[in-house]
Amino acid sequence: MIPPDAPELNINQIEAGTFSDFPKGSSKIIRMGRIPVIVLRKKNGDFKALEATCTHLDCTVQFKTDTEQIWCACHNGFYDVEGRNISGPPPRPLGQFNVTLKDDKVIITKQELA
Amino acid sequence: MSKFYQWINERLELDDAIKFAKKKRVPIFYGTVWYYLGGVSLFLFAIQLVTGILLVLYYQPGAETAFESVKFIVSKVEFGWLIREIHSWSANLFILFVFFHMFTVFFAKAYRKPREMTWITGMLLLVLGLAFGFSGYLLPWNELAYFATKVGSDIAGAIPWVGEFMLRVLRAGDEVTGATLTRFYGIHIAILPGIFTVLLVMHLMMVQFQGMSVPPEIEKIPEEKRKTIPFFPDFVLRDFMVWLIVLNIIALLAVFFPWELGQKANPLVSAPAGIRPEWYFMFMFQTLKMIPAHVLFLEGELFGVMLFGVGGLIWFFVPFLDKKSHMGIRSRFWTWFGIFLVVYIIILTIWGYLV
Ligand code: HEM
Ligand code: FES
Repeated sequence: MIPPDAPELNINQIEAGTFSDFPKGSSKIIRMGRIPVIVLRKKNGDFKALEATCTHLDCTVQFKTDTEQIWCACHNGFYDVEGRNISGPPPRPLGQFNVTLKDDKVIITKQELA
Repeated sequence: MSKFYQWINERLELDDAIKFAKKKRVPIFYGTVWYYLGGVSLFLFAIQLVTGILLVLYYQPGAETAFESVKFIVSKVEFGWLIREIHSWSANLFILFVFFHMFTVFFAKAYRKPREMTWITGMLLLVLGLAFGFSGYLLPWNELAYFATKVGSDIAGAIPWVGEFMLRVLRAGDEVTGATLTRFYGIHIAILPGIFTVLLVMHLMMVQFQGMSVPPEIEKIPEEKRKTIPFFPDFVLRDFMVWLIVLNIIALLAVFFPWELGQKANPLVSAPAGIRPEWYFMFMFQTLKMIPAHVLFLEGELFGVMLFGVGGLIWFFVPFLDKKSHMGIRSRFWTWFGIFLVVYIIILTIWGYLV
C-alpha cells in the first residue's frame, strides 16, 4: 500500500500574472508543478520569488508587508525578504526562484535553469 | 426463572457469563472513584462508534467533497449538527478521560505485577486514541486541519530511518492532498476501529480476570478488613449512573459550545495565524516551538522527536522499569517522574494557548 511515485511534473517556468497584479508591497502564492511559490513585490518595487513552504514543518509562509519579512504562522518562524531564516524554528533558508519581467508579464523560473 | 431466560441459557450458557461478571469485587476506599474513569472512556468510545457510523452515512471523503459534505451534515441533515457535535465533543472527552484514567492508574501503581500487560494494552489504546483524533481532525478538510496535518506528518517524517517512508505512507504521496484525506478516512473508520476493538477486548478481559488492583497501602490491610462490593450488578449500575451524567454533559457542550467548521482548506493560501493541533497534542507542539533550529549537531525537529520518542518508550515500559513496585513498595522516583510529567503537560498546554 505504499503510494506509487508521482511523476515529477517538469514545469520550469510559470507566469505569475501581469505587472499590475503586483502593487508595491503585495504578494501572491502560485504553484510551480507541486511546489508553492510566493511571489512578492517589495516597497522599493523589486520582485522576489521564493519557495513558499516553510523549511521547518511544511506550513505555507506569508509576506508581512509592514516589516518586509516572511512569516510562518505555524511556529512563528521569520525569514528576511531574501529568504534567509532569521528567527524562530526554521533551520534553513527558503528555496530561490528567478523573476523576469517580459512585456508586462511576471515570469518565474527555476533557478538552476536561469 | 422465566422460560425465556432458560431457553437462552440452555443455548448460550448465560449462567457462566454471569458468574464470570460476578466473580470480580470492587474495593471500596478513597480511590474507588478512579475505577469509574476507565468505564467512562469505554462509554465515550461507544458513543464514537454510534455517532461515527451515522456520520459515515453522509460524509464524502475527497478534496472537493469532504468540506461540503460536512457542511451539508450540519446545515441540511436533520439533527446532523447534533451528531457531528457529539462526535467531536465525545472524541475530546474520550482522550481527556483516557489521560485521567492513565494517570490515576499510574499513581496507584496498578501497573505492577501481575498487571503489566494491562498497562501495555492500555498504552496502545491511548496511542490508537490519539491516532483516531489526528486522523479525524483532517476529515472536515478545513484550513486548520490541513496545516495541522502537514505539520504533524512532517514531524513523523523527521523520525530517523523510517521517517521518509512513514511520511509517504501517511500522506499517500509527498504532499497533503485529497489522497491523504481518503487515506485518513480509511484509517479513521476501518483500520483504527478494528485494531482498537481487539485491544479493548483484551484490556477488559484482563481487568475482569485479575480483578481490581488497590494501591500498596490498601493491599497491606488484611483482606477480611477491606470493604468491597460486587462488580455485577452493584458497580455496573453505578457505572451507568456516571455514564448518564457524562451523556448530559456532552449534550450541554454540544448545544452550547459548537465546534466551528472554519474555512475550506486551500493549498495556495498562507497558513493563518492560530494554526494549532488538538489540545492533547499542544504540549508537544509547544515543546517543538521552543526548541531552537539546531540543538548540538541535530536539527531541532529531530531533537524534539527523539525527546518524545524516548519519553514515550520509558512511559510505555514503566511496569518493567519500576522494579520496587513488584515488591509492593512505592518508588519515590517514579512518583516524581509522574508528577513532573503531569505538571509539564499542564504548563505547556496552557502556555501553548497563551502565546
Ligand atoms: C468506529 C468509530 C468511528 C467512526 C466510524 C468515525 C467516523 C468519523 C467520520 C465519518 C468523521 C467525519 C465527519 C466530521 O468531520 O464530522 C469523523 C470525524 C472525527 N472523528 Fe471519528 N469516527 C470514529 C471514532 C472516533 C474516535 C474514537 C475518535 C476519538 C479520538 C474520533 C475523533 C474524530 C474527530 C476529532 C473528528 C473531526 C470532527 C470534526 O471536526 O468534524 N473518531 N469521524
Ligand atoms: S512550519 Fe514554519 S515555523 Fe514551523
